[in-house]
This record gives sequence, C-alpha cells and structure tokens, in this order.
Amino acid sequence: MTATETSVSSRRIEWQLAELRDVVIETPRVKSLLLRPAGWPGHLPGQHVDIRLTAEDGYQAQRSYSIASPPEDELLALTVERVKDGEVSPYLLDELRAGDQLELRGPIGGYFVWTGAMGSPLCLIAGGAGVTPLMAMLRHRDRSSSRAPAVLMYSARSLEDVIYRDEIDAMARRDNSLRVVHALTREQPKDWTGHRGRIDKCLLAANCFPPAQNPAIHVCGPTTFVESVSGLLVELGFDPFSIKTERFGPSGG
Amino acid sequence: MDETHISRGFRSKRQEQTPKNRVPPGQYVTTDFPVLSAGPTPQIKVADWTFALQLNGSLLGKWSWDEFEALPQTTIKTDIHCVTKWSKLDTTWQGVTFDDLLKAVGLSEPPAPYIMAHCDGAYTTNVPVADLVGGRGMVVTRYEGLPIAPAHGGPARLLVPHLYFWKSGKWVRRIRFMQKDERGFWESLGYHNYGDPWKEQRYDGD
Repeated sequence: MTATETSVSSRRIEWQLAELRDVVIETPRVKSLLLRPAGWPGHLPGQHVDIRLTAEDGYQAQRSYSIASPPEDELLALTVERVKDGEVSPYLLDELRAGDQLELRGPIGGYFVWTGAMGSPLCLIAGGAGVTPLMAMLRHRDRSSSRAPAVLMYSARSLEDVIYRDEIDAMARRDNSLRVVHALTREQPKDWTGHRGRIDKCLLAANCFPPAQNPAIHVCGPTTFVESVSGLLVELGFDPFSIKTERFGPSGG
Repeated sequence: MDETHISRGFRSKRQEQTPKNRVPPGQYVTTDFPVLSAGPTPQIKVADWTFALQLNGSLLGKWSWDEFEALPQTTIKTDIHCVTKWSKLDTTWQGVTFDDLLKAVGLSEPPAPYIMAHCDGAYTTNVPVADLVGGRGMVVTRYEGLPIAPAHGGPARLLVPHLYFWKSGKWVRRIRFMQKDERGFWESLGYHNYGDPWKEQRYDGD
C-alpha cells in the first residue's frame, strides 16, 4: 500500500464559498445539497470536502462530507445524514436554504477513489450513508462509455432508509453489467425478495467477483460495518491490499 | 477568502465550554473513539509479533513481544487529535518511550534526523526524530490499562500525540531511521507532511 503517487503539490486547498442551488430529500433522515462552488478544480469519485460553519460570535465547526456527484456533473452534491444531537448536520438539513452560501474546501483525499482507469471489476459495499462516495463512483461509471462490470451491495435498516434508491435501481435496469444487492437489516416489506439481515459471508461470497478477477473493492459505512465486512473479505481470500475502506465514526456530528 | 463568512442562523450547541487551549482549531471533542484506517484491520497474535529499529538497512535492535514488554514502561495521559476533526481528551497510554528504545540499543544520540514507521498492512508514516525524543513519542501497547484493540492499532502503535493522529501509526512493526525525510502513506496522498494540529496542518500546503 506504499503510495505510488509521489508527485505532491504543495498548493494549499483554499476555503471558498459555494451557493446552495437545490436540496433533494433522499430519505426521512437524509438530504442531498446541490452546491455551486465559486471555483471548483474538479474531483475524483470517492473524494470529500471539508465544510466550515461560523456563528456570529466567531465559533466555528468543521466537518467532512463525501462528494456524491460524479466529476461530470455541474453541481457538487453532498449527502447529509442527520446525526442525533449533532451540531452541524441539523443546521445543514434544517436551516440552510437555496441561495445560502456554504464555506467549503476540497477536494480532499487521494486514496479512497475510483476512476475506472484500471479496468478491473468494481465491487462496492455500502452500509447506510456510507453509500455516498460509492454513488459518486457508480454515477461516474454510468456516464462512461466503457464500463467495468460492477456490483453494489448496500445494507440499510429499512427500505425507506435506502438512499438514491430509484436512481440506483434505474441504473441497474439499463445496465446488464451492474448488479445491485440490497440488504435490509431491521425491517423488510412483506414481499421483499432481497437479502434480510446484515451482509454476511455467504452473501459476499455469492456476489463479489472472485478473488482471481482482482476486483477493486471499496467498503464504506459505520466502523462496525466496515470492520465486519473487510474482515470477512480477507477470510474469503481477497488480498487485503485490494480492499479500500472508509469508516464513519459514530460521532460524526 | 478575505473575510470569514457568517453562517446565517448557526449557533454552537456545545453545553460545556471546553478550554480553548485543549482543542486545536477546527476540532471538536468526542468521548467516542472513532476508527480510521485505509484497509482491513490486521489481526496479529503477539506470539508472531516482533518490533525492530533499523538504520540504512541494518538492524539496530529487534524485540519479541515478551522482550518488548520487559523494556522500561512509561504511562502518559494526553489529548489526541484526528485530522478528521475529532479530538479526545485525557487518554491514557502505556508503552516504551522512543528515548528508552534508543537506550535499549545502546545509542546516546539518534543516528538520523527522520524516521519512517512501517506498519502491518503496509501503512507508513514519517516523523522527525525531534518530535519523538524527550518523551514526545512512544510505542504503546496499552490503552486505558488494557491491551490495545486491533481496530485501534493493537498490539502496538506509535504515539506522537502532539501531531495529528495519523502520525501515530497503528500496528507498527519497524522504525527506520532516515538521513533525508521521505513521505509516508497519507503524506503522499495529499495530507500534510508534518501535521501540527495547532497550526491546522491538515492537508498539503496548509
């Protein structure tokens, strides 16, 4: 995992203002903010931004949010989940209105990214709001002319908690090389044909590309989810170095 | 940007005012212990664990788990600051100071000005030696009196609490002295080469 990219720019990633253009209600607890930054240098699917809020008394709070939009889109999409007793997410979800300015800087992060350049199959495994950076990858792939085969395994608590559901299902319908596996852990509709319960070893074995195909694996979700899934993938024989993880701590805010 | 943008309607929800001199700019205090790693958590048995100090390809010293545990032990209580914005106050760690490691291999002075920490999972991070000597850096094996959980870097991790926490490399197995500074894993991927939280050196160029 020694980084192969040794060229390092030393230009500072500056704070800038982005105008909130639109808000998409994704689920009862999640919205996507569609932003137009003053000057966006472009990003890679999987990268994130830092946002900074400043109160009138000078108090500041910063948080990181994954970018959900692909590089091709005009607006930058950040998907925000409400954190109970949080400080930043309730503001973004309840206070911020279209036309407001939000301070951000980015893009940040050069490891948990996928550009499709390698051509190997893409294996995405999401827990809850961890689907966000993976959605940027799927959207980028969807807009590409040559698509590597891909699978998305997505664990959510209930059907109404599935973020981007219509868009993901529409993508899968029009693309034979994309398979989507939904796992609902707490509540399933009566006629549910997807997986019931957590993503387990059997489900991973049945749906991930075989280790011999050397898939590019990205796992994102809460810490316990990522620890469990990445551990199971190692047990299934996947090279630990082919498994990229991003964990959302329980105290995101 | 010349002026700070005021976020209309935003107010602090903090109940208690944490002393400003404890929390670096842009950080918030958490009582949880979030986990951040680039890949799966390595599971290493202490029976298979060794730790080495290295200079120019030659070994300065190597320890088994039991030998390492027999080195002088130091306990510190300190605050830690993750680049992803959380800080955790008053964490207690036990292990061997970098000074005691040097003594254990018979060195009175560090042999080079920089180190690269090499960790299981091929993670690396670079630290100036000046930030490790004088009790500033340790290799720790206990957190709050207990063995460190694998997800938090056990059996042993580097601890350099005055720098952002990615410098405190998890699962450390080898410290290599370097005459010239080289960049480690995150340092090669857009993160700051030094990582002082008080100067908010999160990303390259900060």
